[in-house]
Amino acid sequence: MAEQMSDDDERQQSPPSDLDFTSNKARTCIVTGSVSGHTEFQSLYPDQVLENVLENVLHFLTSRRDRNSASLVCKSWYRVEALTRSELFIGNCYAVSPARATARFTRVRALHLKGRPRFADFNLMPPDWGAHFNPWVLAFAKACPWLEKVYLKRMSVTDDDLATLAESFLGFKELVLVCCDGFGTSGLAIFVSKCRQLKVLDLIESEVSDDETDWISCFPEGESHLESLIFDCVECPINFEALERLVARSPSLKKLRLNRYVSIGQLYRLMVQAPQLTHLGTGSFSPSEVAGQGDQEPDYVTAFAACKSLVCLSGFREIIPDYLPAIYPICANLTSLNFSYANITAEQLKPIISNCHKLQVFWVLDSICDEGLQAVAATCKELRELRVFPVDAREDSDGPVSEVGFQAISEGCRKLQSILYFCQRMTNAAVIAMSRNCPDLVVFRLCIMGRHRPDHVTGEPMDDGFGAIVMNCKKLTRLAVSGLLTDKAFDYIGRYGKLVRTLSVAFAGDSDMALKYVLEGCPQLQKLEIRDSPFGDAALCSGLHHYYNMRFLWMSSCRLTHQGCQQIARAMPRLVVEVIRSADEEEVYDRVQTLYMYRSLEGPRNDAPKFVTIL
Amino acid sequence: MEVGRKMANMLGTDDDLNFKETELCLGLPGGIAVVAAGNETESSSSPKTNGKRGFSETVDLKLNLQSKESTMDLNKNLDDNGSKEKSGSAKDPAKPPAKAQVVGWPPVRSYRKNIMANQKNSSEESGNSGAALVKVSMDGAPYLRKVDLKMYKSYQELSDALAKMFSSFTMGNYGPQGMIDFMNESKLMDLLNSSDYVPSYEDKDGDWMLVGDVPWQMFVDSCKRLRIMKGSEAIGLAPRAMEKCKSRA
Repeated sequence: MAEQMSDDDERQQSPPSDLDFTSNKARTCIVTGSVSGHTEFQSLYPDQVLENVLENVLHFLTSRRDRNSASLVCKSWYRVEALTRSELFIGNCYAVSPARATARFTRVRALHLKGRPRFADFNLMPPDWGAHFNPWVLAFAKACPWLEKVYLKRMSVTDDDLATLAESFLGFKELVLVCCDGFGTSGLAIFVSKCRQLKVLDLIESEVSDDETDWISCFPEGESHLESLIFDCVECPINFEALERLVARSPSLKKLRLNRYVSIGQLYRLMVQAPQLTHLGTGSFSPSEVAGQGDQEPDYVTAFAACKSLVCLSGFREIIPDYLPAIYPICANLTSLNFSYANITAEQLKPIISNCHKLQVFWVLDSICDEGLQAVAATCKELRELRVFPVDAREDSDGPVSEVGFQAISEGCRKLQSILYFCQRMTNAAVIAMSRNCPDLVVFRLCIMGRHRPDHVTGEPMDDGFGAIVMNCKKLTRLAVSGLLTDKAFDYIGRYGKLVRTLSVAFAGDSDMALKYVLEGCPQLQKLEIRDSPFGDAALCSGLHHYYNMRFLWMSSCRLTHQGCQQIARAMPRLVVEVIRSADEEEVYDRVQTLYMYRSLEGPRNDAPKFVTIL
Repeated sequence: MEVGRKMANMLGTDDDLNFKETELCLGLPGGIAVVAAGNETESSSSPKTNGKRGFSETVDLKLNLQSKESTMDLNKNLDDNGSKEKSGSAKDPAKPPAKAQVVGWPPVRSYRKNIMANQKNSSEESGNSGAALVKVSMDGAPYLRKVDLKMYKSYQELSDALAKMFSSFTMGNYGPQGMIDFMNESKLMDLLNSSDYVPSYEDKDGDWMLVGDVPWQMFVDSCKRLRIMKGSEAIGLAPRAMEKCKSRA
């Protein structure tokens, strides 16, 4: 699940990669003046040597931050860095055009693109907003035929794009699609049939339409190079016999995550073929309907015990808890466990979790209640990341987890770095406790599901709790707030959240001051997403000094007007200011429903749908 | 089955189409997985052809509406063209008046919400309140179908439905009632000796029985799957059926 962690969990990035072109040009102009003055005296030869040496050295530079810095030294370094950059990361696919990217980086092997803003996941934006992979695949097909790896997040990929990908890049090895859509099983079929060197096909939380094509059968015959096959999000039945044969002829397969159409009996057969797996997604983890015809149950325990390298376990999509004991043999080795689709109780969890001493990443449903969390806290001393999802994602549902479980975790799991916690009730005291117990926190996302809900015990706003987090957790880079919050909470964030790069705000704050505190106080802020908060044009203007340093700003259902947004657009020519209406809204009222703005070298995009107005 | 008819009227479609739409089979709810050749042509466009977004929208709407999960509701939402409500309303009268649900809050991805909703669906299906889905196979037919036995009130209705489902394959003439007359021993034996098809079912004990020997409701509760087999093959079942008939008479 490391792939799913956002890039905020990585080291901080400066200067930003997607806009270093302009700053480069500005800088190198000044620099090369003096450099070229020097080199005029020298012959070409030393320059050439220097560049060759540089090229060999820069090959070893992998961090994109370091590369961005290196490219700023002088024109020569810029050129060589561009030649040696093999992994290209573009955090906003509209910040730079495919043409510009391929013109500068000609030898790219891996492309990492991100598209839609995150709030689009929650239906806050009509579909077909954009983020199409198509222009990218076409541009790279022409310019970088040795591209081997593509990683896309929140982009629209069509079947044709998949075909182009497979046909244009002969040595293509890895495709990872996270939260993508626009393609179906027929696209997958073409892709796998033509990618003879394929090592990795990871489909993670993507929407795959069921074209009733048997794509598993389309993997070429003969030994496959597959190392990772993740398709747990594919919501259509697959040809199991074909899958079994595929696994049997994939000796390098390490990661296999099955979808819910694979029964536990079928899982058994696969595990027997592939005991070398390190990552396993179990599929449904229940018997198929036709089972129980008097067939003997396979020995699941032995099958799991044979997988001595298994460290990451997920799936359990339609779990029958009776089968849980099968995983006992491997609990002690697990570093990552995803139970977030398994509606299990604390009692069912305890025998498992009490053996998971090495667990670092744990995703679970709140069905385990505070009691289950206490069990986690008691055993999982190495826990780095915890995500607790709601079984019933509604504002007024019963809350099986609360500040009790939260505090228990903070006391037991001192090495915690990342937490996402959905609950119905919380107290400042528990949040303050966590800020003290878990000083290594980098990601803190607390979602109190009831809007404007105060401290459950004191009735106070949750200001002090979040304030303590930004004060005490000195490494914090990502923060999501909730509950009843006044401007004071944002004052704290602005004052202490000096490393915060991503901030998510919903139904919070009293006035423009809140947003001002943040925009003026957080120099590292790159991604700001706000919904349903009383921030208006004045607040928006207070961030003018900072917007070029940010990847994007999202504000929906706030108090922005067209004039206000227009002002920003005029003041900042390199910013694309999109005003997004909901799909059925015809009239252009003065109030802006959704503002999405981002820096870009290309100006307004030409693929904006009707409901988007670019100011 | 009163409920069944009411639902049909709600949809405002004729019975045939209604049956087709409410039929549950493998695949995404609302999506059309297998279409039997010779059945009436699909007139309603599936969410698939309109793009996947329709599905996630409608399921999201389902959650907002907090209605009892059934594909009938799902289809109704499809007809509504997936219009997004800014604040859903609790249409289920059984639940206490809930706070209006706001779009996209709590921030759980539709992907995850859908999965949890589907899980709830399947657990309800296996309960008594849900549908009684059984697989129906017919000897010689290339694929299976599924029927919800709770949709029918009598063997007659079931027989009509099965006949329509497998109408492209040879079905014997069962006489004016449509299905074999279970109570008529001699007629039964005639039929079993012919090459016409008879329906059989697997009951809770795992035994294969001839359809029709127990009262309808008992049949619905005990039937696990249906198989339409050639009359001649069903001979082996008949004695048992006769025994059960006789023991009841």
